[in-house]
Amino acid sequence: MIENKKNFEQFDQDMFQRVEMNEQLGERIAGKSLNFWQDAWMRLKKNKAAILSLSVIVILVLLALFGPMLSGRDAYEQNISQAKLPPKVTGLEWAGFDGMANLGGRDINFYEQKNVEENFWFGTDYLGRDLWSRVWEGTRISLFIGLMAAIIDTVIGVAYGGISAYFGGRTDNIMQRIVEILTGVPNLILIILFILIFDPGVFTIILAMTITGWIGMSRLVRGQILKLKNQEFVLAARTLGASSTRLIFKHLIPNTLGAIIITLMFTIPSAIFFEAFLSFIGIGLQPPQASLGTLINDGYKELRTFPYLLVIPSVIIVLLMVSFNLLADGLRDAFDPKMRK
Amino acid sequence: MEREKLLEVKDLKQHFKIGRGRVVKAVDGISFDIYKGEVLGLVGESGCGKSTTGRTIIGLYDATDGDVIFKGENVHGKKNKAEKLKFNRAMQMIFQDPYASLNPRMTVADIIAEGIDIHGLAKTKEDRMNRVYDLLETVGLTKEHASRYPHEFSGGQRQRIGIARALAVEPDFIIADEPISALDVSIQAQVVNLMKELQRDRDLTYLFIAHDLSMVKYISDRIGVMYQGHLVELAPAARLYENPLHAYTKSLLSAIPLPDPEHERTRKRIVYESKSLGAVGRSDEDSSIPPLREVEPGHYVSLTDEEYEAYKAQFV
Repeated sequence: MIENKKNFEQFDQDMFQRVEMNEQLGERIAGKSLNFWQDAWMRLKKNKAAILSLSVIVILVLLALFGPMLSGRDAYEQNISQAKLPPKVTGLEWAGFDGMANLGGRDINFYEQKNVEENFWFGTDYLGRDLWSRVWEGTRISLFIGLMAAIIDTVIGVAYGGISAYFGGRTDNIMQRIVEILTGVPNLILIILFILIFDPGVFTIILAMTITGWIGMSRLVRGQILKLKNQEFVLAARTLGASSTRLIFKHLIPNTLGAIIITLMFTIPSAIFFEAFLSFIGIGLQPPQASLGTLINDGYKELRTFPYLLVIPSVIIVLLMVSFNLLADGLRDAFDPKMRK
Repeated sequence: MEREKLLEVKDLKQHFKIGRGRVVKAVDGISFDIYKGEVLGLVGESGCGKSTTGRTIIGLYDATDGDVIFKGENVHGKKNKAEKLKFNRAMQMIFQDPYASLNPRMTVADIIAEGIDIHGLAKTKEDRMNRVYDLLETVGLTKEHASRYPHEFSGGQRQRIGIARALAVEPDFIIADEPISALDVSIQAQVVNLMKELQRDRDLTYLFIAHDLSMVKYISDRIGVMYQGHLVELAPAARLYENPLHAYTKSLLSAIPLPDPEHERTRKRIVYESKSLGAVGRSDEDSSIPPLREVEPGHYVSLTDEEYEAYKAQFV
């Protein structure tokens, strides 16, 4: 210690330089500036399940769009001479894609039996239609139905819930009573009636599902807006003279968007599943229209001989459901303000 | 008093219906004037109607009854959009909770420029940004902060952003609704000093709502004491502390802690019983309160006739 002190005294005053304290530097923020979406993306990236699901969804969407082009066959073209061929992929014979099927206790190579040279990756159905093309065609229609139903739900739900909460008072009271009456009507009966009245088809199904589907979204948005509209930043905007339009689109909706997206992501798989369910029980899409539901409906009839007809569309619908749900879950964690701080 | 009255509040009432016919009389007939260039402090316990008074004056709530006259014009019941915008420019508000008063989805530049955008004060984008930079520097922040989001700032910094937002429209009168109660003490001084500085430089008038009595004494020229929706005493800041007359004021002042162990050991807390001198009945049972009387120049107290006579006999 004493030696240290001595050493210290040896230093000349000139060797020191004063460090001035800069007041402005005290206010500096060193971290990178991230907005809400960048922040959420950063957190989502850390969630392996969500990222995996996102990749699966992207791959399935790409296949749904371009899959039929890869095989070059039309999803509706029938060819009885090539009917009921099991899946065959060169190089993947070990994984079951060998064109063999068990018929009456014997494994038979259907391709040799029917003298078919080309390979059908997912096989063909009882009318000789290429299942690969049909599955992706069906996925596309299922995704389209899911997405459209979810978007329409969101548009109606956000508008209805937003108006109800923003204006409040008597408006809110009347609008909520209407919602309560709608919730009281059994959903399935309404949809079946709707499909019976109109021709079954993609748009009928979408409309039938959105008749009551938007209620969940409207409730969510109403709750969010009710919570937000008395927050001080909204009051501050009002004291500055902001118009209703400005309040809604600059302050209320952007702060609700996270919750809206999460609900949207949960709505898509449930709409896909509901369409499949309707098609499976026979009141959804009608043949020859392909959707994952109609494919499964066709497939389960020949489950014992040609299980691939059921298994392939089922695997895809399961992948879609699980991926969308996991991604929505991940998004919820990424957007959740409680995780912050 | 020859000074120019900037704001007159006359018998302002704000009652809230809470269903089943019940009514909360948050503010029940208060009157006061605010002179140009002064700071009027408004103190009182939680729930006595201080914040409601501020919010009703600025028009966030529609007053149940009474008038608010700003620069000689009655500001409530205005329907014309242009008139409303003009009023919005002249009167601004600083909020209590710096964490809730900034929109988390907007950048600081957009938050501060909101008033500029609404009132079309900037002609070009460059002009807009320059104004934002100027305001940021005025409140002790820097240009670099403009592109950041509120969650990146501390409470004190956020409160200063809130002040910059209010200043952006160049108001004459600012209602500060407990601007410092959510901040810790060292930051409180920073914000209060900033507000004082701004008042001097920009010739502002404040209505300063708070429950921290020492801070109110520091910043205010006059102080009003509120109790259960009524104004019970209004006096120049120094006089109120030297000579509190209303029992409630005495009780409040007796609660101020001083950093002096001697004083703290002997300090006696005066308990206010609501039926003592000039007591105010709870508004739902007995809403007749004694009127404010001027007992010395500029010092108003709510006293009944007998109390007033007794007081006069005591001093004259």
